[in-house]
Amino acid sequence: MSAHLPILQVVVPLLAAPLCAFLRNARAAAVIAVLASWATLAVALSLLGDVMSAGVISYEIGDWAPPLGIEYRVDIVNAWVLVIVSTIASVVAPYMITSVEDEVERRRIPLFHAAYLLCLAGLLGITITGDVFNVFVFLEISSLSAYALIAMGTRRRALTAAFRYLVMGTVGATFIVIGIGLLYVMTGSLNMADLAVLLPEVWDSRTVKVAYGFLGVGCCLKLALFPLHLWLPNAYAFAPSAVTAFLASTATKVAVYMLLRFFLTIFGAPFSFGVMGLDRVLLPLALAAVVTMSLVAIFQVDVKRLLAYSSVAQIGYMVLGLSFASVTGLTATLLHLFNHALMKGALFMAMGCVVYRIGSVHIDAMAGLGKRMPWTMAAFVVGGLSLVGVPLTVGFVSKWFLILGALERGWWPVAVVVLLASVLALVYVWRVVEAAYFRPAGGDEGTREAPWRLLVPTWVLVGANLYFGIGAARTARVAERAAEVLMTGVGP
Amino acid sequence: MLGLSLAVPVAGAALIVLLRRSPNAREAASLVTAGALFAIVLRVHAAVSGGGRPSLVLAEPIPGIPIALEAEPLGVLFALIASFLWIVTTMYSIGYMRGHREKHQTRFYLFFAFAIASAMGVAFAGNLFTLFVFYEVLSLTTFPLVTHAGTEKAKRAGRVYLGVLLTTSIALQLLAIVWTYAITGTLDFQDGGILSGRAAGAVVPVLLGLYVFGIGKAAVMPFHRWLPAAMVAPTPVSALLHAVAVVKAGVFAVLKVTVYVFGIDFLAGAGASVWLMWVAAATIILGSLVAFTKDNLKARLAYSTVSQLSYVVLGAMLANSWGVIGGGMHIAMHAFGKITLFFCAGAIMVAAHRSEVSQLGGLGRRMPVTFAAFFIGTLSIVGLPPTGGAWSKWFLGVGSLEAGQVGLVAVLMLSSLLSLAYLMEIPLKGFFGKAEAGDRGDHGHDHAHGHPPGILRWSMAAIVTTAVGCVVLFIHPEPFHRLMTMVTGQ
Amino acid sequence: MSLDLFVSHYNYWVVIFLMMVGFYILISRGNLIKKIVGLNVFQTAVFMLYISMGKISGGTPPILVDPKGEGKGHGGAETVGEAAAEIVYSNPLPHVLILTAIVVGIATTSVGLALAVRIKEAYGTMEEDEINRIEAETEAGE
Repeated sequence: MSAHLPILQVVVPLLAAPLCAFLRNARAAAVIAVLASWATLAVALSLLGDVMSAGVISYEIGDWAPPLGIEYRVDIVNAWVLVIVSTIASVVAPYMITSVEDEVERRRIPLFHAAYLLCLAGLLGITITGDVFNVFVFLEISSLSAYALIAMGTRRRALTAAFRYLVMGTVGATFIVIGIGLLYVMTGSLNMADLAVLLPEVWDSRTVKVAYGFLGVGCCLKLALFPLHLWLPNAYAFAPSAVTAFLASTATKVAVYMLLRFFLTIFGAPFSFGVMGLDRVLLPLALAAVVTMSLVAIFQVDVKRLLAYSSVAQIGYMVLGLSFASVTGLTATLLHLFNHALMKGALFMAMGCVVYRIGSVHIDAMAGLGKRMPWTMAAFVVGGLSLVGVPLTVGFVSKWFLILGALERGWWPVAVVVLLASVLALVYVWRVVEAAYFRPAGGDEGTREAPWRLLVPTWVLVGANLYFGIGAARTARVAERAAEVLMTGVGP
Repeated sequence: MLGLSLAVPVAGAALIVLLRRSPNAREAASLVTAGALFAIVLRVHAAVSGGGRPSLVLAEPIPGIPIALEAEPLGVLFALIASFLWIVTTMYSIGYMRGHREKHQTRFYLFFAFAIASAMGVAFAGNLFTLFVFYEVLSLTTFPLVTHAGTEKAKRAGRVYLGVLLTTSIALQLLAIVWTYAITGTLDFQDGGILSGRAAGAVVPVLLGLYVFGIGKAAVMPFHRWLPAAMVAPTPVSALLHAVAVVKAGVFAVLKVTVYVFGIDFLAGAGASVWLMWVAAATIILGSLVAFTKDNLKARLAYSTVSQLSYVVLGAMLANSWGVIGGGMHIAMHAFGKITLFFCAGAIMVAAHRSEVSQLGGLGRRMPVTFAAFFIGTLSIVGLPPTGGAWSKWFLGVGSLEAGQVGLVAVLMLSSLLSLAYLMEIPLKGFFGKAEAGDRGDHGHDHAHGHPPGILRWSMAAIVTTAVGCVVLFIHPEPFHRLMTMVTGQ
Repeated sequence: MSLDLFVSHYNYWVVIFLMMVGFYILISRGNLIKKIVGLNVFQTAVFMLYISMGKISGGTPPILVDPKGEGKGHGGAETVGEAAAEIVYSNPLPHVLILTAIVVGIATTSVGLALAVRIKEAYGTMEEDEINRIEAETEAGE
């Protein structure tokens, strides 16, 4: 059984999805979604445990030996990302039951859960596979279901947001296919580990460099790196709350992982940083993302959209860590993948609670909510503090490594920018806090606290924000080892 | 023991919430907690005086950088003052909050206890990271106290308060801390400093500057705006937190960084602190000058605090043992003096509903004890015998001469004269001024013109305690002096 | 660049031309259906890229000629076995990959069309500028 864990990771949600669709029963579909999500978490955790103790796991699909057959290859890096994705899924899935009943038409609910499971399967597949074309297939599975999920938002702008995302996402995915095709032309292989061995021989060829460019742009479109982020704010703002919470904390993270995989494992750090000068390209983009998107976030009145812009800024932090081209920088990136998933998940789930009760997340509509929905807003405050990077929250830990990485390179102006951007984050979080706690409540007097079915999952993530903020030594150690694996290339 | 110093106030906070239905029980709980905390700090003091360094690791958020507590003499000094004055302030609050009919009193006592817990954390922080953590927690827990009134003005002030404190600490202090870590690979406080011998050149003055300005609670200009803003809080908050716990946490952190991160010999050798000496000197003079222009009593006291805090910063920047001793002693002396002044200001506000200096004419004849205490507090701030303030000024003066900065001695003298002028005006007006200064009718409170309601006995007891404390510290400064000599190893 | 190189790589030029056409439609047209068509052309260009690179001039379909040899379609025209040495096979793998990619492309198109239908129902138009105008108005009205 345990030998087949890698394939189970993907197959469980993949098979659960049609089950949901055929059952046509909202409750049953929800239960299946929750159970499948929890199963993926169990698998991911045991995979991480195995990898930590025994090293890389290779799984040959259908017993076809790589590099010909498709290989699922789990090393510490993707085991880590698998845990991130499945953790968020396990927390969001129970939350989804109640949140979705409120926001999605009843007869569509089983299909909604099916789409969610497909999306989850796609994301896990991208992460676990060791075959580049397989990455593309799973990428499209997750993206197509994400478009459908976003389009189920209550307002009609969800449709246009989903359409725009579809166009941008497909262009991004096609770019990735082009890149993969060019790599195949040069090496005749699609296996990642094999590619990593074959590519150094053809470093000089222009085709490889073009492939590098296509893959880079494609990944950056998917992970919404400034200025390729235009699809993201609307998609997050108008999607159903649970979908926003799920996608914001998983989809972009997996895209970042994909970027790391392509650039560091397949092409290798020497090629990326030495030949292509990746660090010099990404650094200004990342800094621009961090600063401009934080500034834009300050002026948003829709809190979900505010958080969406903040996400683009936070993605800037992750890319910034990569641009340091050092183990410390990558540790910051990998830690922030996890930490940002925790904080954004918590924040968007808190906003889902607000939507559930008052139907809007306009900043004016939230006036006085601190009194009426104390638990929800307290969750927002903790998540917000984490976003700012206050000590004892996870946000601080990733900032710490990021600044350390900048100073190691001697780039102290970068460190200053990171810190100033934290202050900007303080400003936009503060605007919401001020509305909720310091403005007199208007509107409906009867607004009550969100139901516990929403609050419990929200607070699980909030608790994780604090737990991993106070005792981050373990997560930091895993991230550090993963960063070493990435920097040194394919492990044994 | 150290764990208890954090746990006791937090447990007290829980008790306060549990007993919120009965104000008497709630305030008794508050008093008992304060007493218990002081007893604990005394035990820690005994251990440290015996040469011990009790320590405790709480958690390890980042590998190699734990949240750890360690008691050393400077921290004990700060903890002693904060915990003792907490008892006194609680007594005072009971009279003040009831006399003023403040709302949300449970919330008030709750966050007060949290603030003290974080001040203890600052005092006993075993490394820079822990110091930073508790420093931030202190900012956050005092925020509800600053905005206690809930008015538009209080909210605006709260925004300035949190804005300045968090911005400086995140943008400058955190940068300095990570930088220190990048240079040394450790954040532990060590005798003689961790940077000494590892950093050189222009890095040292820049880094020191980041610390001094980044520790916004030290209120070195131009990052002092939050302190006057915080004066909208109820007076006990201004008295304990914004004359003692919060601001002293700031200057304490500056001293601690100077002594245990840089090391005074290293700083003196590198000459890295000279420019900051003059920044501190400028704050001393400018703060005094601004205090002159303020008619509002609490605002005047706030600017006086800005000025006085820089004495401690100056003491640290002198980078010799006299300066450090003077700075440390000044933490204690100024605490007693300034808390007395704030207590008096609060008493005047509750009893006579006066908040402006120009309205105080003749009030001293109706409230003789209050104004007498104010007089003693003034003497201590100015630094005249027979009050404790004289000692710290003395050591600071010696330290300036030792550092070869005669100009600074002149600054100290000038500032003493200035503070004498702007503070002495108040008791003089109270005792000898005309009974009614009718020219400021817009601030007059007609209903207050009757016989002032007797301030509750609790508050008076607090005022007398701290005023007497000022005098006692003149006669018996040894406990604090001894702790400081342990710090400098003289 | 010599004419020879140009002609011998004509498949690439076709691909690049198609790609640009698709991309241009995608960007310049406001009609959502036309955007989807553009996207399709764009994707098809990539399919062509894959398919053409699998073809080797003179190559046969990858069916084993020598029953004793173990044919390997992978990695260009690799062959094992002495007898099969002179036979050149076309690479079947890109074709197989593109089968998958075509399926993905159809799925994308159908999701896109479904969204377009829903947008038409919700907004009463399929023109992007019209939709933007309506959205701006409702935003102002909120």
